[in-house]
Amino acid sequence: MFMFEKAIRGSRQYWIWLFCLLCVILAGLAFYLYQLNLGLGVTGMSRNVSWGMYIAQFTFFVGVAASAVMVVLPYYLHDYKAFGRVTVLGEFLAITAVVMCCLFIFVDLGQPARVFNIILYPTPWSLMFWDMISLSGYLLLNAMITVVTLTAEREEVAPPRWIRPVIVLSIPWAVSIHTVTAFLYSGLPGRSSWLTAIMAPRFLAGAFCSGPALLILFCLILRRTTGFDVGQKAINALSVIVTYAMVINVFFILVEAFTVLYSRIPADVAHLQYLYLGLDGNYHLVPWMWLSVLLAAVALALLLVPSWRRNPVILPIACLAVFFSLWLDKGLGLIVGGFVPSPLDTVTTYTPTLPEWSIVLGIYAIGAVMITVFYKIALAVHGEIGEADVHVPAVPAGPADR
Amino acid sequence: MKITRKDFLRLSGLSFLAGGAMEAARAIAGRSSAATESQSTPVAQSVRWGMVVDLRRCQKEKGCTACTDACDAAHNVPRLADPQHQVNWIWTQPYETVFPFIQNGYAEQSDAGIPVPLLCNHCASPPCVHVCPTQATWKRADGIVMMDWHRCIGCRYCMAACPYGSRSFNWVDPRPAIAHINPDFPTRSKGVVEKCNFCEERLANGLKPSCVDACPQKALVFGNLADPNSEPRQLLRQRFAVQREPELGTGPSVYYLV
Ligand code: SF4
Ligand code: SF4
Repeated sequence: MFMFEKAIRGSRQYWIWLFCLLCVILAGLAFYLYQLNLGLGVTGMSRNVSWGMYIAQFTFFVGVAASAVMVVLPYYLHDYKAFGRVTVLGEFLAITAVVMCCLFIFVDLGQPARVFNIILYPTPWSLMFWDMISLSGYLLLNAMITVVTLTAEREEVAPPRWIRPVIVLSIPWAVSIHTVTAFLYSGLPGRSSWLTAIMAPRFLAGAFCSGPALLILFCLILRRTTGFDVGQKAINALSVIVTYAMVINVFFILVEAFTVLYSRIPADVAHLQYLYLGLDGNYHLVPWMWLSVLLAAVALALLLVPSWRRNPVILPIACLAVFFSLWLDKGLGLIVGGFVPSPLDTVTTYTPTLPEWSIVLGIYAIGAVMITVFYKIALAVHGEIGEADVHVPAVPAGPADR
Repeated sequence: MKITRKDFLRLSGLSFLAGGAMEAARAIAGRSSAATESQSTPVAQSVRWGMVVDLRRCQKEKGCTACTDACDAAHNVPRLADPQHQVNWIWTQPYETVFPFIQNGYAEQSDAGIPVPLLCNHCASPPCVHVCPTQATWKRADGIVMMDWHRCIGCRYCMAACPYGSRSFNWVDPRPAIAHINPDFPTRSKGVVEKCNFCEERLANGLKPSCVDACPQKALVFGNLADPNSEPRQLLRQRFAVQREPELGTGPSVYYLV
């Protein structure tokens, strides 16, 4: 198998870390079996809020997956050399995120055994069909690209020429996955808070700041734990990308808010009111949404000052703020807020239950295992070819080897 | 053959013109065909099942649940303790939440709180059918929007798409919550979506829907909307009727006389 031998050699901390993740995965699996047995009634979802954490997390991670384009595009199209080392990390992050997305969809199905009905009865007028095509295609493209480029790197030869068109194709494809995901929601006539043309652009802007923010965090952790350095130039460039994307993201949110609030159409206002002020005595999401706003403000303040953005202490704080601000905005408010109030004006509280959280955490742990193993492989290849300019330990390892 | 730049420009100009002409021709043809189509629609579609709900009659019977009871018994609809897991085929909801657009600020005293029977509208252009990734829900030629409970994967995309809240998901196993199982109608498993089927199993035998027969006030009038002489069509000619959210273009087959 593809260089997996690199992943089975590691230090004690490496194995302890993997073992902890395995425990979280097993807990998630146990709760999934429980859900399978009793039905989705064990979650906090209901008649009126019929999609919850699972679909919201799916949406968020499609964004993380799409964001790989932010390193792939400069590196391959503009030959931006500084991204030489970070690109493969971005692609691995994309692969992991897509797998997580598929898992989030899968655990949300009421009849998971019938999932292949989507393929058995292909329905091109359903956006979900296209989402399946775009996600699986994206997974395939990125898997192909990483295997081919990394193998070439290990053999110390240039990658075969045919891979270049594949890489170029992966760029619009990345945009397509998040666009199609936005269309899942924005094409529905009865949900006024989703029925907006800015949905896809907003998704992309959110993706292009939260994904690279996560990538920066991973790079900083790698530098700390393994000594593998993607280079300060790459990190600085990524932080500029995060800054611009975050500014555009906030701008899009404000544009949307203006349209809704100035036009004052009650059905549209109600959703925003529920999220930010509370509706009918229901304030469940209000603190979280304001936390998201606060984090966005903090992130912008820290990122917009160039010297702060380059500061090794401030940058990770800003990245965390970006990530969690968007996690709350897109991974919670957007989906749940679209269902409340319901078409019949009902305000329903949605609170994720313990099984739901455990399953979500289990999928996160699967993602963490994948990232750990993938990054270990990537680093081992880099270590093997022994680049002179950086110190890379022969077998990089650490408690958080990712 | 060598094509000079000038030739090329000329050629592309010509093809552009030709393309434009074809577009125009198509547009004209399209308009005329659309016109003939709209004239011939009632002929092409000879049956479109629909319902007219007379709220004035319904209102006379205070606290009545006859339609819901009849439907639930006929279709093995469970009665679950948790309202958030409830499965509804035909049920009631207060007037002001169903028709927010009729609220003028002064009429509430008379209408507020009146229970309005709700059911699937069997839309002419049903968003639920458009989004379903497996065609587990589809529209029949006679306008009934159907569900295949053996194909449904339980993704609930149709529930997000339906602008009327007409669809219910089986969050738990419904069978223990059915008081008396009707052996002539299938029960559902957990994890699938269901909704009103306009009693297609009764229509096939020439019967009217259960709710229509059960209503003591004859407030539910069922018939063929494509037939100008049908009972619902006569009512729609005589009285002022509304549909739920017609501006969405879904074309509901259920009308309300208010
Ligand atoms: S009312 Fe809802 S479920 Fe019924 S056909 Fe229309 S969109 Fe579909
Ligand atoms: S829940 Fe079932 S009927 Fe509804 S969209 Fe999904 S597969 Fe189709």
